[in-house]
Formats: sequence, C-alpha cells, structure tokens
Amino acid sequence: MTAMGLLDHIPYTRLAPAHRPWPRAAVADEGWQTAIDRLAEGTLTLLGFWGEPAAVHMALLDEAAAEIAVVSYDCGSGSFPSVAVRHPPALRLERAIHDLFGLVPTGAADLRPWLDHHVWERPFPLGSRGARQTAAYAFLPAEGEGLHQVAVGPVHAGTIEPGHFRFTVNGEYVVRLEQWLGYTHKGVESLMRGANLEAAAKLANRTSGDSAVAYAFAFARAAEAALQVEAPPRATHLRALMAELERLANHFGDIGAICNDASFALMHAQTGVLRERTLRAADAAFGHRLMMDLVVPGGVTRDIAPEGIAAIRALFVEVRKVFPRLIELYDNTASLQDRTVTAGTVKAEYARRFGAGGYVGRASGRNFDARRTLAYAPYDGLSFEVPVLQAGDVDARVWIRIREVEQSVALIEQILHRLAPGEIRIALPAGRGECEGMALAEAFRGDVLVWLRLDGEKRVQRCHLRDASWFQWPLLEAAIEDNIIADFPLCNKSFNCAYSGVDL
Amino acid sequence: MTALRDFLLQGAQMLLVLLLAPLLTGFVRKVKARLLRRRGPPLLQPYRDLVRLMRKDVVLAHNASWLFRVIPYLMFAGTWVAASLVPTFGSGLLFSWTADLIAIIALLGSARFFQALAGMDVGTAFGGIGSSREVMIATLAEPAILMTVFSVAMIAGSTQLSYVAEFMGSDAVGLRVSLGMAFVALIIVALAENARIPVDNPATHLELTMVHEAMVLEYSGRHLALVDLSSQLKLLLYVSLIACVFLPWGAAPAEVGPERLAFGALLYLGKLTVFGFLLALFETSIAKMRVFRIPDFLGAALMLALLATLLRFVSGGM
Repeated sequence: MTAMGLLDHIPYTRLAPAHRPWPRAAVADEGWQTAIDRLAEGTLTLLGFWGEPAAVHMALLDEAAAEIAVVSYDCGSGSFPSVAVRHPPALRLERAIHDLFGLVPTGAADLRPWLDHHVWERPFPLGSRGARQTAAYAFLPAEGEGLHQVAVGPVHAGTIEPGHFRFTVNGEYVVRLEQWLGYTHKGVESLMRGANLEAAAKLANRTSGDSAVAYAFAFARAAEAALQVEAPPRATHLRALMAELERLANHFGDIGAICNDASFALMHAQTGVLRERTLRAADAAFGHRLMMDLVVPGGVTRDIAPEGIAAIRALFVEVRKVFPRLIELYDNTASLQDRTVTAGTVKAEYARRFGAGGYVGRASGRNFDARRTLAYAPYDGLSFEVPVLQAGDVDARVWIRIREVEQSVALIEQILHRLAPGEIRIALPAGRGECEGMALAEAFRGDVLVWLRLDGEKRVQRCHLRDASWFQWPLLEAAIEDNIIADFPLCNKSFNCAYSGVDL
Repeated sequence: MTALRDFLLQGAQMLLVLLLAPLLTGFVRKVKARLLRRRGPPLLQPYRDLVRLMRKDVVLAHNASWLFRVIPYLMFAGTWVAASLVPTFGSGLLFSWTADLIAIIALLGSARFFQALAGMDVGTAFGGIGSSREVMIATLAEPAILMTVFSVAMIAGSTQLSYVAEFMGSDAVGLRVSLGMAFVALIIVALAENARIPVDNPATHLELTMVHEAMVLEYSGRHLALVDLSSQLKLLLYVSLIACVFLPWGAAPAEVGPERLAFGALLYLGKLTVFGFLLALFETSIAKMRVFRIPDFLGAALMLALLATLLRFVSGGM
C-alpha cells in the first residue's frame, strides 16, 4: 500500500480488506479526533465525507505527498463526533449525512437540514431511524443598523438551476450571504443502492449534466479499482479525449457567460459559437453532444468515428484562429477588466483550507489537479501544464479557464496522435465477494470523487459521488463579502458551481 | 385655417412619435443581435409585445396601492407629452411655443419620480434596489442635463426648442467648443436616462444588477405595456432631442409646404437610423460598469456641461 504514510499518524483499529486503490482504516474516537486535528491544523485536506446507515467515512488527502486514505468511524450508537465544529469545510457534508441517514454529529454547532426541505416522504431516507422536527429554516442572523435582507431565488429571472441566496446588505454592500441549496435533490444515492453496474453508471452520468463524462470517468475507475481490472489503453485515451472535449465546451461557455454577466454580450456570442462547434464535434465523434453513457466500467461503449477525428481537427483550426483574438479582446476591453479585476477575491488561505478544486482553487494559488497530482491513466503518460494563479479574483478564474482551454487542445492533439488500435472495452470479471473502490477524476469544475462498495453480485451497495462544488460554494459566500450586491452575478458565474451535483 | 393646420401637424407629430418609438427599440435590438452574429427578433417585435401585453390580465400584488395602478398612466402621459414637444420632422409646432426644454426635463423628472415610487410600492427587495439606484443616477443626470440646456440656451438665446432648433440650423452658429462639450454631456445623460449599457442593461435577466427593470418587475399586462412604451418613447425623445439641437439640418421650419415637411420627415428617419445603429454599436463594444462607477461617469457629463456654460461666459462667444 502506497499511502501507509498518511495512516502512520492516525491510530486505527483495522484496515478494510478490499478497499482500493487507497487504504481505508476503521478508527475509534482517538483516531477520528486525530484526523480532525490534522484537518484543522491544515496538514491534511478533506477530500470527502459521507455516511452509511451505521458508519461515516472521511477521505483525507496529504497534498504534499499526494497520498489518500479513508478513515471510517463506526456509528453503532447513531452518532459520531462532529467534524464541522472544528473543520468548517465539512459542515454541509455533515448536514447532508444527518439528512440522509439520521446520524447525529455530537457537538455540532449547526444541525439545520441541508438537503431535506421537509418535502420528502420520510425523513432520513437512507437510514432507519424515525421522525425529525420540521421547523422553518432559520438563516444565520446579521445584525446592525441599516441592514436589510434581499432574498434571491430559488426561482430566478434567467433559465438557471434553482438555489436560494439570502443576502444581508447595507445599501449596496453585502454584509453576509448565505446559500440554501437542495432544490434539485433527486435521490441519486438512494437510487444507487442495489443498482447493477450498468444502471449505476447511467445514474453517475446524470448526476450533473455538464460533467457527464467526468462523473462517468470517476465512477468507471472506482468500479474498476474495486474489481481490480484496468481499462485497455485505447479506452482510457478515448475517455480522456471525451473529458477534454467536455472541459473545452464548458470553459468556452463559461468564459462567454462571465463576460455576459458584465453585459459584454459580444464575448458570449463568440464563445457560444465555439462551444456549439465543440459539442457538434463531440456529436460527430461519439454520437452524443454531451457524450453521455459512453464511459462505462471496463472501457467505453463506442469508438471514435473517423469523421469525428476530422471534425475535431476542423474545430481546432477554428479555435486556433478565433480564440487568440477573443483573449485579446478580453484583455484589451478596459470596461470589462474594470469589472473582473479585484472582484470577488478568494483568499489563498481559504482555498487551501477548503481544498477548493478546479479554477476556484487554482486561481487562488492551490496547485491541485487530479489529472496531475493523482495522475491517473492516461494522463500519467501525457504532457500538459496545470496553470496556477495567485490573484484569486474573477479575472484570475477567467484566465485559468483560458489557459486550460489551451492545455485541453494540446492534450486532445496528443491523444489523437497516440491513439493506437486496440480493444475499447473488456468484460468485467465475475464478482469476488464484497469489494470497495474509490477514484477521482478532474471535471471542468474540479475533482469529482466517487466511492463505492459492490456486493458479490457486482451490485452497488453504497455509492457516494462528491462534486468539487461542495468545497467551492462556501468560498463564494466568503468572496462576496465587502463586494456590492450588483457584482454578485459576475462572481457567481466565475465560480459556476454545480447545483445538481451537490443536491444529489 | 392656420390653427387647423397647426393642430393637424401637432397631432401628426404626437402620433408619429407614438408609432415610431417601438420601431426604434426594435431596430436597436436587431442591430445588436446582428453584431453578435445572431438573427435577432423581427423589427416589429416590440409592437407585437405591446399588443400581447395589452391583451393579458393584470396580476397585482395583494398589497399594491392605488398609486401602483395609476403610475403607468402617469408615466406614459408625461413621457408622451414630453416626446411630442421635441421637434422631429419640423419645428414650429403648436405645442412648441407653449413649452420649452425645462418643461420637458420636468415632465421626464416627474415620470421618473412616480416610477421610483412604484418600485417601492409593493415592498419587494428588488424594487427598492432599483428605485434607490435610479434615484442615485437621477441626482447626477438631472443637473447635468439642466447645465447642458443652459449652455445651449445661452448660445441660442432661448430655451424654446423650436427656436433653438432653427437657430442651430442657421449660419449664425458655426463650430463652438462649448457646443461640443454640451453634445457629449447630453449623450452621456441620454445613455444613463434610457438604461443603456454601460449604466444599465436593457436585456439583462440578472435581478441583482437591474436598475430600470428592477423597478418595473412587479408590473404585468397593460401596465407593463404602458411602462415599456414609456421607455421606448423616452429613447425616441432623447434621440430626437440630440438630433434637433445638434443636427437640426433638414428639419422643416414653420409655415412651409407639405413636400418640405415630407423631406424633413425622411431626414428625421435617417437620423433615427444612424443614431440607433451607433447606439447598438456602442453597447456591443463596452461592458457595463460597476454601480459605484456610475457617479464618475455622470459626473463627467455634469463637468462637461458646466465647462460648456463657463466657457460660454468667459469667452463670450466661443
């Protein structure tokens, strides 16, 4: 086991026998508290936090050593020591665990529901225990002279996903923002229970439509890790090709949409064309614009069409021609720069503490990219750069996207160049008893974590999908403070956090 | 006979502005869409929208006061009268001699005052935000436009628009620095007053960034139609005002025949087209500014207008 180093410092009782590729250790109170200590002091980063009917699991990352380990705490008594009370990034995940399983974090300062809006048929759908009180949701108070509240959403004037934003403002200045999500809760983790791998892969695909490939990629790798198989090289290359096409399409869309929120519609129109061309190239290559249900455990279901390769090459000719001009336009439009530079700054300290992935983290100095830090196939054999900036403002998040577009184009060209003939899918072995797998994949927003346990029949017993946005949304609350409320849409778009991905 | 002719001409002018206003808005939208490589809505879409809204039921907040229901009519009336006072195809209209630039500004100011009240009437957060922003803009835009009027009036020797227009069209004016400054100031004010980029975005769907749209969010049906028509009239008014003061050539003077009037009307349409195109071009090439930059922007207009007036005083004829 490579990651024993991380567990050397955490007292544990036993290792899970079939958890791959990183170790999972059962811990008692002492080990759990040590893990929280190390999270709170910043030597470890919280990578994920999820529950089961009678246990909770925390995935920990040692960034310096690129080591990962999972610690599990047995909740036979229906409670576990709260993590969030000492390490705030865990708060929403902890509240979600309480909502889904009814496990009580002891010592928690905040036990308000998160996913549960009191409209479910029964509380604690994945747990067994009974009733809960249905009080009205209490927003955190902000007091002072001249303060008033502005409630935005969940229904917005534009066609976007639902979320509620409660601002406390002093005139135009935002004093506090509190988000309340959960409106797109669809019970993914309940549906996963007992699903066979094929159905589960489809569910993973649909967790967040804009990251369909990334979720499927992470899910497939987790399942392959659990079953101890590896996808053939051609399949991993095709997966990466799809993942990079998805990243390209989303980054094109985002760059334009951010500018559009500063009322600079010209950029939006131009990048909209590029995004559409990318989606059409994906359609030509794989028969689906969003490339859904193509990445499955064992490989991919469909090989790239020859005309798809031509379409991608044609796309790149256009990108090479148009995109530099758009970057120049962005950089040289003073009125636009005036909006994006210094707006919505995320402190590097926050990005590190929350383990913010994707452009949010990398724009604030956090050098983490699952493709590089945890180098999975085929990225371990490809050369690319991970752009990192320090400014942490809207402008930096735009620039990270611009640089990533360039890297994705280069990556796809490498992949097309190296794509060797071969099989694209292997048959999965018969189930060999209970096994667990875990994987991360870099979606356009940041790292997606998938953890699953399969039974002897290769059915999913428990699967947890953690979007990068769990650790990005809270930073948006911090970034908007001392900004004016009219700048919120711009900051929000530069984060472009997932709703569907975190509402599960 | 003259009285009847004046009456008819004035009536034609009032109808003309009412009919042209949605077309101008539709034209600007169309050009903007084209500049963004989109096809854009048909030119006549604003008319269709108005008809559709007129047919729809009004949905009122349960705590809306009588003022909320009356205000669309007040706004529309004020803006329409103001728009029909500005000479378009010809000067020397019946009403022109009864009202001047200051009256037009007062009419628009009243319309804005009522609109801001309506924004706060229902008590939603967005209405309040919109009203407070609108009033912040108004406190700077109104002095700026008044100073512009003063500088122009001092050169022309009158605040009567018809007189100003005829004077500006004559050879007595020539090129003047103070007029140039007043021209720029008026354009800045016009952008702010009509909720255009960079001050406001007429096409936005972002509740938190709206100014004008936030104030009228609660309106529906015929009320919304009137509010929209008022905004369209206001845009037409400002374009006509700029055209009539700074580009008065071709407008028919008083007491001329129908062919001269027709020529004036044709030229007026040409001016609207040019201004509409320039507006769309400008809006496409610039991002919206931060809310707290707006005072700087309008402050520039105020300073320019003030300088124009001062220059006129100091030089006595520049």
